[in-house]
Amino acid sequence: MPEPKGWKELPIGGIIDSPGSARDLETGAWRARRPIVDKDKCTSCLQCWMFCPDMAVVVQADKMRGFDLYHCKGCGICAKICPADAIAMVAEAEAGTEGEGG
Amino acid sequence: MSDFRALDGNQAVAEAMRQINPDVVAAYPITPQTEAVQVFSQFVADGEVDTEFVTVESEHSAMSACVGAGAAGARVMTCTSSAGLALMWEITYIAASMRLPMVMMVANRALSGPINIHCDHADSMGTRDNGWIQIYSENPQEAYDNMIQAVRIAEHADVTLPVMVMQDGFITSHSVERVEVFDDAAVSGFVGPYAANFQLLGASRPLTFGALDFYDYYFEHKRQQVEAFSHATEAVLEVAADFNCRFGRDYGLFQAYRLDDAEVAVVVLSSTAGTAKVVVDDLRAQGIRAGLLKPRVFRPFPAAEIVRALSHVKAIAVMDRSTSFGSMMGAGPLFLETAAAFHVLGRAPQIPMVGYVFGLGGRDISPPDLEGVYHDLLAVADSGDVGDPVRYLGVRG
Ligand code: SF4
Ligand code: SF4
Repeated sequence: MPEPKGWKELPIGGIIDSPGSARDLETGAWRARRPIVDKDKCTSCLQCWMFCPDMAVVVQADKMRGFDLYHCKGCGICAKICPADAIAMVAEAEAGTEGEGG
Repeated sequence: MSDFRALDGNQAVAEAMRQINPDVVAAYPITPQTEAVQVFSQFVADGEVDTEFVTVESEHSAMSACVGAGAAGARVMTCTSSAGLALMWEITYIAASMRLPMVMMVANRALSGPINIHCDHADSMGTRDNGWIQIYSENPQEAYDNMIQAVRIAEHADVTLPVMVMQDGFITSHSVERVEVFDDAAVSGFVGPYAANFQLLGASRPLTFGALDFYDYYFEHKRQQVEAFSHATEAVLEVAADFNCRFGRDYGLFQAYRLDDAEVAVVVLSSTAGTAKVVVDDLRAQGIRAGLLKPRVFRPFPAAEIVRALSHVKAIAVMDRSTSFGSMMGAGPLFLETAAAFHVLGRAPQIPMVGYVFGLGGRDISPPDLEGVYHDLLAVADSGDVGDPVRYLGVRG
């Protein structure tokens, strides 16, 4: 996050004048349970990518590559929707470094 | 050329709205305001304005539609009263915090219960902390003039806040008086075109409106609203000066009537000030140095200016057509604000000050009632003893 602005510099009315600034907000900090994908089960159907409310499923070259943990809130929608049952929700305290780095 | 017409306060406001020709009006009927938007809707139906008139199912929706239209960059107006304003409550805060410069006429009416359709100021006074500029009008002419000025005040670059223009329900809204209606072109020339600083529908500059705001930014945004009010006083005077220059009527933050050499003074809003002027003239004819201060702008409260204007008198009565339940001695908001202003900014020793609560639910206030207030003040000035500092005038014991 950049240094928060003071009242004299902020646009008035609570307006956000720089599109896409939500990218800077670490919504991942709220996460209590972390999605972990079993790459052997995953078929890259991309349903998780479609349903994730936070665009936190990383897709490269049409393949599901893991999760963007800076933004993933841990809601579990991806795990619920996955037809291959390839996503497990693991308590943060037990997840260690699993799944980090995409 | 101006035209002199017989109009009640609601019709005068509708005339002003026709001449302002706002982009959007969203409104819901409620007594005693109904006639204003009903007359205006006829102008819409007759094609006399370009306004998109949004009929809604409640005042909550009316104010919400105004917020949406305002965010889209439209010049927006509405009208309400009493319970209608109460139902708008939540969204009035949003209009103010989103800094949408809309104008709303409020025909003041008591707030239930028991249910009552007549005038007191409980409705608008209840919203005095919601972030709207508040302007009070004495008669239909002032309601008309204030509506026109309110557009410029709201849209002033240093302000960008919503403005409420009050008139007394029935007493003013339904009383026909002689009203000077300016030339249409002169009014549209005065208000000018509106170009919103921020527009939701401006595709070239994508903006987000109404985002979530926690402990990290909320306080800064509130501080900005406070700042806007500190510029509003100057803007009100600037707009009034231009109005006077073009239309020849002088407005300020308040009206001082025979106050310069007054010994005793009454502070009162709206139509009651008209009654008080008659009483002041009568007392003057008897050699009593009575004066009057009629606040026009209650938000921002012109504290320093009021203290200065009253600094020479020997006793002051501040009269409220509403109360604040559980406040200090049951005093009304105008008294509390004025007393605080004198405590912080006034000279020592303090000028004796008495608060009167009157006229709740439309209870009539007559010239003899006001004469009584001036005589009370003369006794206070003589003895230096305020006695009961907050009094209820005209209520049966
Ligand atoms: S929904 Fe399941 S199978 Fe489909 S891409 Fe996501 S993890 Fe893989
Ligand atoms: S847990 Fe929720 S936020 Fe995280 S990747 Fe899955 S759907 Fe998206």
